[in-house]
Amino acid sequence: MKIAISSKTNSIESSVDPRFGRCPFFAIYDTGSTKLEFLTNPGREAQGGAGPIATSFVANQKAEKVFSGAFGAKINSLFDELKIQMIVVTTETTIKDIIEKLKK
Amino acid sequence: MIGRPIKTRVVAGTPKVAGFNPYGKNEGENFEETIFLLYEEYEALRLCDYENDNQTKAAEAMKVSRPTFTRIYMRARHKIAKAFVEGHSIHIEGGKVSYDNAWYKCNKCNSIFNNPKKENGPIRCPLCNSLDIDQCRNEGGTIK
Repeated sequence: MKIAISSKTNSIESSVDPRFGRCPFFAIYDTGSTKLEFLTNPGREAQGGAGPIATSFVANQKAEKVFSGAFGAKINSLFDELKIQMIVVTTETTIKDIIEKLKK
Repeated sequence: MIGRPIKTRVVAGTPKVAGFNPYGKNEGENFEETIFLLYEEYEALRLCDYENDNQTKAAEAMKVSRPTFTRIYMRARHKIAKAFVEGHSIHIEGGKVSYDNAWYKCNKCNSIFNNPKKENGPIRCPLCNSLDIDQCRNEGGTIK
């Protein structure tokens, strides 16, 4: 299963970005192969509608769960339709923390 | 005087199919009538007869009063019985419903999450797998 985490930088030590739509990077982690990759968020510098752009990007990466500091109002219904689970974590959490916890 | 507006019924999701058709009709017989089963009626049947909830519990899940639930449920059974006996097709559509997108909070790692796949049974935290979960009372808008 693949998960997506909104990330502040492209390192594993980075903490979770408090914005979903405009976070600089998405960390895509595969719980099966334990492969971690960082992808630039195409919605980062969008004039408007960053949330929906980021949502479809994450959905195209086949992520089944998304972690972020917060989700905007437009994103809620989109992820609900796609049956992707949203998880809001505290912004002190790092990418590493999440991956460690998921391994257990 | 205008009546009180109908309260929105909360449903867990939409049915897998849009309706049912009868088969094996006799030649020349005309069963063209269609029975429209509302989403809320489908949900009432699902809760009571499929999940085996009692009506009080089902009424809570749909956020309507117990007597209102009973009326929805009775209408649902009547419509289905009518379709069976008279050989009509059933279309599931309409009704005043909203979708249940409840949020949950894990008391162990303080993360907040939803349950879009509507999995039944005990809900576990997707992050730390703990069972210490409370339902949030956030009503729409941005979750923070």
